[in-house]
Parts: sequence; C-alpha cells; structure tokens
Amino acid sequence: MAPKKRKKFADSATIDAEDIRQFEELGEKWWDESGPMAPLHRLNPVRLEYLRRIIRERFSLPDRIKCLQSLKIADIGCGGGLVAEPLARMGATVTGVDAGQENIRVAKAHAKAHGLDIDYQVVTAEKLAASGKKFDVVTALEIVEHVADVDVFLQACCKLVAPGGMLIMSTLNRTPKSYLLGIVATEYVLRWLPRGTHDWKKFVKPSELARGLETHGLEVTDLRGLIYNPFTRDFQLSKSDLDVNYLLTASR
Amino acid sequence: MKDLRADILIIGGGLSGLTLAAVLGEAGAEVIVADREKPVTQLGETYDGRTTAISYASHQVMKAAGVWELIETDCEPILDIRVADGNAPLFLHFATDADANGAPFGWIIENNILRRRLFENLKRFDNVTHLAPVEIAEFFNETGHSGIVLKDGRTCAAPLLIGADGRASAARKWLGIGVAEWSYKQSAIVCNVAHEHDHENVAVEHFLPQGPFAILPMTRSAAGEYRSSVVWTVEESQAAKLLKLPAEKFDAGLQKLFGEHLGRVRHVSKPMGYPLRLLHANNYTGPRAVLMAEAAHVIHPIAGQGLNLSMRDIAVLAEIIVDRLKLGLDPGVPAALETYAAWRRTDTLLMAGFTDVLNRLFSNNLKSVAVIRGLGIGIVDKIPPLKGFFARQAMGLGGKSPRIIRNGRL
Repeated sequence: MAPKKRKKFADSATIDAEDIRQFEELGEKWWDESGPMAPLHRLNPVRLEYLRRIIRERFSLPDRIKCLQSLKIADIGCGGGLVAEPLARMGATVTGVDAGQENIRVAKAHAKAHGLDIDYQVVTAEKLAASGKKFDVVTALEIVEHVADVDVFLQACCKLVAPGGMLIMSTLNRTPKSYLLGIVATEYVLRWLPRGTHDWKKFVKPSELARGLETHGLEVTDLRGLIYNPFTRDFQLSKSDLDVNYLLTASR
Repeated sequence: MKDLRADILIIGGGLSGLTLAAVLGEAGAEVIVADREKPVTQLGETYDGRTTAISYASHQVMKAAGVWELIETDCEPILDIRVADGNAPLFLHFATDADANGAPFGWIIENNILRRRLFENLKRFDNVTHLAPVEIAEFFNETGHSGIVLKDGRTCAAPLLIGADGRASAARKWLGIGVAEWSYKQSAIVCNVAHEHDHENVAVEHFLPQGPFAILPMTRSAAGEYRSSVVWTVEESQAAKLLKLPAEKFDAGLQKLFGEHLGRVRHVSKPMGYPLRLLHANNYTGPRAVLMAEAAHVIHPIAGQGLNLSMRDIAVLAEIIVDRLKLGLDPGVPAALETYAAWRRTDTLLMAGFTDVLNRLFSNNLKSVAVIRGLGIGIVDKIPPLKGFFARQAMGLGGKSPRIIRNGRL
C-alpha cells in the first residue's frame, strides 16, 4: 500500500483530504448492509438506541416512534446518512454535513428515495458553526478520529450546541487493545474495513476529549464503552470497558 | 392528485388488518389501511355470522391494540373444554384450574361485534388513516417503498406494504407468490343458538363421523337468553341440504347433536355455510412487502385457531416493525422481513398440520382409525405434559413468544 499523503484543505483546519477520499470511494456502498460498511450497520442499532435514550432523557420525551419531533439535530460527518436518516425517521429536523461531496450526493439520493426530508450540505463543522446556527443536539459519530485538528473540530461542535442542548460523540480510544482490535483485527484479520481506514495515532482518549470539550463550555454527562461480542456477533454498551470504542455525551 | 405516504401500508381492513393498524397506531407509527369494502357493509347481519374464539395470546394482542376494554363485556370466557368422540362418553377434559395462571382458555365473541369495536377503536388515532372503500388499480415497488395506485388516481406508498387482504389476497397475486391448497370438501355451518340451561362456560367439541361439531359458550342475549355458537362441520353436499331445511327441522337436527344437557335449543341467527380449505402461501415476503393472516394461511377451524394464528402474526410483525421504527431504522429491509417469515413459518405449519391431521383422524368412520383416535385421546388425557402441551397450544402460548403475548403490550 502506498504511503498516505496528508494534505489539509485550504479552507479548513479539520479536514484530512486522504480520509475524505477513502470515504468518497465508498459511494453507493454506504447503504449496502453486507458491503464494506457492514460493521457500521451492525453497530448502528446499538448507537441509535443510545442516542434515542440519552436524548429522550435530556428533553423528557415519551417512548414513542417519532419521539424526537420537536428537536433540531446536526449530524457532523454524516457520510451516507446512516445516522441522519434514522434521526429524521425518529421525527427530528436533521441537518447532515460532510466534507465529502460524493457522500452528500449519495446521502441526498438515498433520503429522497426513502421519502425523508433532510438538509444535507457539503460543509465543514467550523463553517457551519461560523454561520451562527444552533442545534438542540449535535452528533459527531466515528468522526473525530478522522479530523486533522481535534481541538478546532471540538470547538466548532461545541459552538453548534444551543443552550440546554447536548453533543454526542463516539470514537476509538488510544490503547494497546484498540490497536489490536480496532486496527489489526478489523482491517487486517477480519477485513471488516478497508486497510488504512483508521490511523491509531489519531485515536482520542476519553480524558482528552472530556478536557477539550470542557474548555469549550460543555460538561461530560455520560460515558459508555461499546464492546463487540464475537459469539453473538453483536455490539453492546458497557459501563466499564472503554478500551476500544466509546460513546460520550456532553451538555451545555 | 394527493399522494399519501406512511410508515406502514396495510392492504385489507378485516379483523387482522384493523388490529395490526391499532397496535402500530398505539406505538405512534403512521399507518394507512386500505380496504375495498365500506365499513357499514361489513357490519351487515349476514356479512359474517361467525364467532371467534379469542385465545389468551390473542387477548394480549387485543390489549396492545387498545380494543380489549371495548370488547371485554361482549366476550364469554371458556373455563372448560370437553372433547368427545362421537356420542361416546367424554374422553378428554381440560379445566382452567389445571393451568398454572388460572386464566380462561379463551373467550367467544361475535365477529360482527369485534369488527364494530375495531372500527371504533381506529378512530382514536390521528396517525392511522382508514381508507374504505377504495379500489386498487395496481400495486408497485420502487426504490425505498412499495405502494398502490387507487382507481381514483391517488397513490399510497410506504417502506413496508403488508398484505392482510384475506384468502384471495390481491397483494399475494401481485407478489407472484404461489400457494399450497386443498379443499376439505367440508363446510362449516355456523349459527347462534338459544338454549334453556346455562352453558356454565363449557366449550364442547364432538368428533362426529362427518366432521367436528362444536358448541361454544356465548354471552347472554339482550333478552337474557342463554346462548351458544355452533360450528357444525359437514360434507359439502350435505351443507346445502341442511341450509335449505325449514327452521323446525334444522332445530330438530341440532337438538339431536346437542343432546339434552342444555335443554331445548333453537337457532337465533341465520345459519351460514362456509366451505373449508387449507391454504398456505409458499413465501411470506416480497420486495418491501409481507403477507400475514389469511393472505398467508387458511386452516381448518377444527381447533378454532384461525384468527389466533393471525393474531400471533400481528404480535411478531408489530414487534419487529416498532423496534425498528423506534430506532429510526427502515422497517422494510429484507433482513427484517426474513426475521418475520422465519419466526412465523414453523408455528403456522405446525398449526396447519395439527388441525389437518386432527380433521383427518376424526372425520371418518373407519374402525381402525376410530380405535387409534380413541386410544390417542385416552393417552393424551393420561399424560399430563402432553395434555399441557395441547392446552398451551389452544391458548396460543406455544413457540417463542413475542413481547405483546408475554406482556400485553409492546
């Protein structure tokens, strides 16, 4: 494999051009549940369940279909819309942003075919934040490990959160275990993800994330590990094991 | 032209379609139910003279649909089931207290009343649209949804289309799904009878040579008469003759079959004949479409399990759909539909096979078979676990239970 050349977009400190290109090549495969994004599809129900529960708790919403009806949500790094679409189906007014044009094209086409009204934009988190827009909920799932400048990215995400709102992030921890499971196992042994999808050095520890968010005015209110059970082939939440994947909620 | 979109599009607004719509409506889903007949027509006296035996499991589904409290006073509990071979002494006897939770085996309700309450119930939901009567010009499937074009030009579409349009299902035809079917060459003559003595909540099933004869306890009439519902299975040719008999002669025939324990009997509703068939769809799923209830299976009424089987379809389908919709996931993806089909197939085939064998075993005069079935019933009665198994099947509690059946809610 050719060594990666990392080049930043001229207009943004957080965009890693090589990472964008990798995701753009996915195209229609974003929505193929047995394609290269299969792990994300398997992971999806667990993280959606988490999102739904933690948002419902925060805003005291009933346990019904379309319970997010009153909320404005921004999904940062939305890719093909794997999280934006479910959030819209749960009733929320969703803005999905991604730096990859091809991703947004796929996401738009898919939402249209499925009768969902989502505001998809090719824009960075910083640009969206600079526009002054605020959201009740901001999600940035499996994305911070792909950005070039974590702090600038976090600042933008925090700025997008309206008073009383929340930011929910998920990413990979930087531990020896995450190197083994997150990279060696998933990219080389199981081949769930294309090689080079992740760069271990860019993984972020929960403590680093928490500190970063707190400097921008958010307080961490929930932290969960996400673990994979190879026997049931399911993902599940864990209160204690944050070594590989984790979910973090911060509130303003 | 106005186009309608929803989370779920149900074709057919019969007992099953309406119940599913209500269960989904309770959970907050957007639902369209399309039916070709006017509700008033369906409430006509001769539209459906049958009664339904609601099992414990079906009662749980009706609770989840919010309809149980509307029908409870019209439901007569079955506390005892007596099974007899011909006119020989009673062989098999199930009493409610033999069961762990002491719940009735089931309840008997008139279909007409159940249907009326289901219509009323649906009006509670502003997220459920009941289109009736409408005529379907064509079905279609496109990326992301399946739907129908109505003769008036409107289209209805949803990520999942559910064919609940009965044994002659147009949805099944559109999907090109074939069926395995045969006629039992029997008809069920159904009517309600008034009788002198209290039935004491006992359901009786006589296995007669030409077919089973069931007496099912009903609520008292408005005038306070004791009533039961009769399901009288006879050969097809005989059914036509019986239905043409003058009232007194028909009642005289009934009296013979009833014996004397309920006193004098006379029919109080018009006897109707229903030809009996077995039908099983080769497949329950298609592109963004599933079949359920009688669109997927029609079984012999010998054990009163037809509607109960459909209610279990509803419990499973609603659980899969609502779990996905709550998480914002597409309810119509192939994996979800396959889960439904795999979950329901075994139960359906078991019940279709069970009732088919039961009918074959009991609907004939061969001496050797008579001996075996006599033995069979005797054996079942003497082995408690086996009897428990049959009793649980009758209550609809066999197989892996969906949440609605376990808890009465999703």
